[in-house]
Amino acid sequence: MADLRTNFAGIRSPNPFWLASAPPTDKEYNVVRAFEAGWGGVVWKTLGEDPPIVNVSSRYGAVGWGGQRIAGFNNIELITDRPLQVNLDEIRRVKRNWPDRAVVVSIMVPCTEDAWKKILPQVEDTGCDGIELNFGCPHGMSERNMGAAVGQVPEYVQMVAAWCKHYSKLPVIVKLTPNITDILKPARAALAGGADAVSLINTVMSITAVNLDLMAPEPTVDGQGSHGGYCGPAVKPIALRMVGDIARDPEMHNLPISGIGGVSTWRDAAEFIALGAGNVQVCTAAMHRGFRIVEDMIDGLSNWMDSKGYAAIADFQGRAVKNYVHWGDLNLNFKTIAQIDQDKCIKCGLCHIACEDTSHQSIAALRVDGKRRYEVIEEECVGCNLCAHVCPVENCITMVPQPATKPKLVWANHPNNPSYVPEAAE
Amino acid sequence: MTDIAAGRLPPDLLAANFSDAHPPLNPHEAVVEASRCYFCYDAPCMEACPTGIDIPGFIKKIGTGNLRGSALKILEQNIFGGSCARVCPTEILCEGACVRMAEEERPVRIGALQRRATDWLMDNDPTPFHRAPATGKRVAVVGGGPAGIACAHRLALKGHDVTVFEARPKSGGLNEYGIAAYKLPDDFAQRELDFILSVGGITIENGQALGRDLDIHTLQRAFDAVFLGIGLSGVRALALEGETLAGVRNAVDFIAELRQTGDKGTLPVGRRVVVIGGGNTAIDAATQARRLGAEDVTIVYRRGASEMSATGDEQDWAQTNGVRIRHWATPHRLLGSAGHVTGVEFMRTKADATGRAMPTGETFTLDADMVLKAVGQVFVADPLHSNGGLALGVEDGRIAVDAERRTSLPKVFAGGDCVAGADLTVSAVQDGKLAAEAIHRQLMG
Repeated sequence: MADLRTNFAGIRSPNPFWLASAPPTDKEYNVVRAFEAGWGGVVWKTLGEDPPIVNVSSRYGAVGWGGQRIAGFNNIELITDRPLQVNLDEIRRVKRNWPDRAVVVSIMVPCTEDAWKKILPQVEDTGCDGIELNFGCPHGMSERNMGAAVGQVPEYVQMVAAWCKHYSKLPVIVKLTPNITDILKPARAALAGGADAVSLINTVMSITAVNLDLMAPEPTVDGQGSHGGYCGPAVKPIALRMVGDIARDPEMHNLPISGIGGVSTWRDAAEFIALGAGNVQVCTAAMHRGFRIVEDMIDGLSNWMDSKGYAAIADFQGRAVKNYVHWGDLNLNFKTIAQIDQDKCIKCGLCHIACEDTSHQSIAALRVDGKRRYEVIEEECVGCNLCAHVCPVENCITMVPQPATKPKLVWANHPNNPSYVPEAAE
Repeated sequence: MTDIAAGRLPPDLLAANFSDAHPPLNPHEAVVEASRCYFCYDAPCMEACPTGIDIPGFIKKIGTGNLRGSALKILEQNIFGGSCARVCPTEILCEGACVRMAEEERPVRIGALQRRATDWLMDNDPTPFHRAPATGKRVAVVGGGPAGIACAHRLALKGHDVTVFEARPKSGGLNEYGIAAYKLPDDFAQRELDFILSVGGITIENGQALGRDLDIHTLQRAFDAVFLGIGLSGVRALALEGETLAGVRNAVDFIAELRQTGDKGTLPVGRRVVVIGGGNTAIDAATQARRLGAEDVTIVYRRGASEMSATGDEQDWAQTNGVRIRHWATPHRLLGSAGHVTGVEFMRTKADATGRAMPTGETFTLDADMVLKAVGQVFVADPLHSNGGLALGVEDGRIAVDAERRTSLPKVFAGGDCVAGADLTVSAVQDGKLAAEAIHRQLMG
């Protein structure tokens, strides 16, 4: 049984699964249910100044796929709409009753030193384990110069992070917005401001759909819609890339990263951790199926770690970072070729038509004794993987790496590179 | 004492027994099922469909919510897409060929999806057809079953005027008279017919039988072309002692009466019923007898399960309904008392070297209050020869046609069960469609 305990920027929790700051962590009632289900920690839904903000009715939009619900999800909900003291009292009680779990409090107040100076002691007084600065919320609050409006300006990120370190002894996690060209800029700013960690990604600015009857973006509020924050399984690739960028950046070496974005299973979590995250935060998957999903996340991660011989999270954390390289570092002499297992082939022809119409015409559609047969034309195959992706049968089409016949060659050394200068002959 | 009685079951149970055997997919189920289709290239299901429906194409459209486009894609190849969705033996056609069979032995439910699309169109756009400008050509169609109506519809679309001559009081052929009630409930055959005829340009004359009220010779002169879709009007007899006893009926008559009777509680059925035969007619008769309230229903077939022309799914369906199927026995003698059947003496059979059933001499008897004969229907050629006896070519006991469904007579085409080939609604529709295309080429050529 693998040890799943984590120490993230000084915050201990029994497992790496935290609930992200979002509707599931808005109240004591929800958080207690989450802890009863086994979640290792929560980031309490963002606190703000009184009087509380007001939310709209009709808050979530979703993207389904082939009858499956919620491949992607978005929301136009704002921060907590409850009075500050109500939240603080509940946080205090929860932390006292669940001392082994991580209770981190998300905060968003206006970008003035006084505002932060005022709220930070109140939060610290609850006994919580740390704070997360919401610099990511892309809708509503950003129109009031908070949330992503701060996260998109590295100087502000650094300034507010520094205030927090100055007025609080708690570990400071800066939550980053993905709605920015270069994620390294705000991440480095957070570090420069003294932040103890970053968490990412917050939601992506989005319109999930246009209602073609109402002629309005969804979710619609009285016939109109606003852009919202996109999350759920669909954003995981975007989040992985940004986490990886920070993890491999030499300037941010050892900066703890809390991975967020479409984490739905233990496997997703393992991928984020392998790419450098110290833990993960989950929201959409819990909103889709309830808190009980954490049981398989814990169990699945533990079993996988046992099967790989990893005794603790640290044993595989960041293991994939060194292999996340720039395109220019890839070996141009590597060659892989598709291979079809004819015994597994169900004759759907998808590999053929995908390759024929959109790639390299390297899968032949044959009839042998009247029966369909699809064969790879190896001379034409560039090893693009498309056929293996479209094939509906697991392991029917595999990509087979070819034996290396030449040494590794990268673009910098390729004759076609205009900047390549051949070494002078001796 | 023989025991034949009506009203064996309470009305609510009878109503349930003759309602939709396979209720439709709801909209969400349909989208989820549609997502199981891989949208195969060179799809095997399409090749297995006698009418060549673009199955991946129509399923994809269900997934995108384009139900109108989906239904029209089905109907462009098979105007009886609605009834075929309900009655086709999909397990030996499209669904049997589905690539998911190879993968998991659970095909995409193509029939149910086809029903989803066609039902939607009939409910939401009951007159979707548009005719080409009138050509002034007139075509006679003899027989208002699936072959004839499919032919008529396509000709009407192309601007020709069509007169359909149908012997029975209602059109629809086997869809109206020959299919089990729970497969086409809620008067679906007539509703579909009205939907198809909404194209316009088709006149139906019921009560007009070839050989009695019409003859080919006259039709040939009065019309620019003639299509014969006259089906199989004869029923094979057992040719056994006792066949005229009361309680012995043709299964097709039993089924037709059942279809035409609104109140199933008025239909007499035996307490013990023996059905002789191995095709879908035997299955439909036996299962419906059970569902009318017969206690003990046995199908007896002279060969084994795999030789039955009823599909495996149909056999399973009958057995699920409590019908017993006995193989390798052939009727030897019908037993009676006071002019009424009381049982059937069977002789056990076994396969000879060529697989034919040979009597063994050993017998057994099944008690029966009602015996339904389902040993096959036959083509009756006599009506073709009325008024001068035209020399219409015959092949394997049915009308001979070429690939375009052209007979040996000029301007005369034929299709459906009266020509050689599979006796399926879907095959009849294909015949009618191909003949219509050939007639159109000939008329406009």
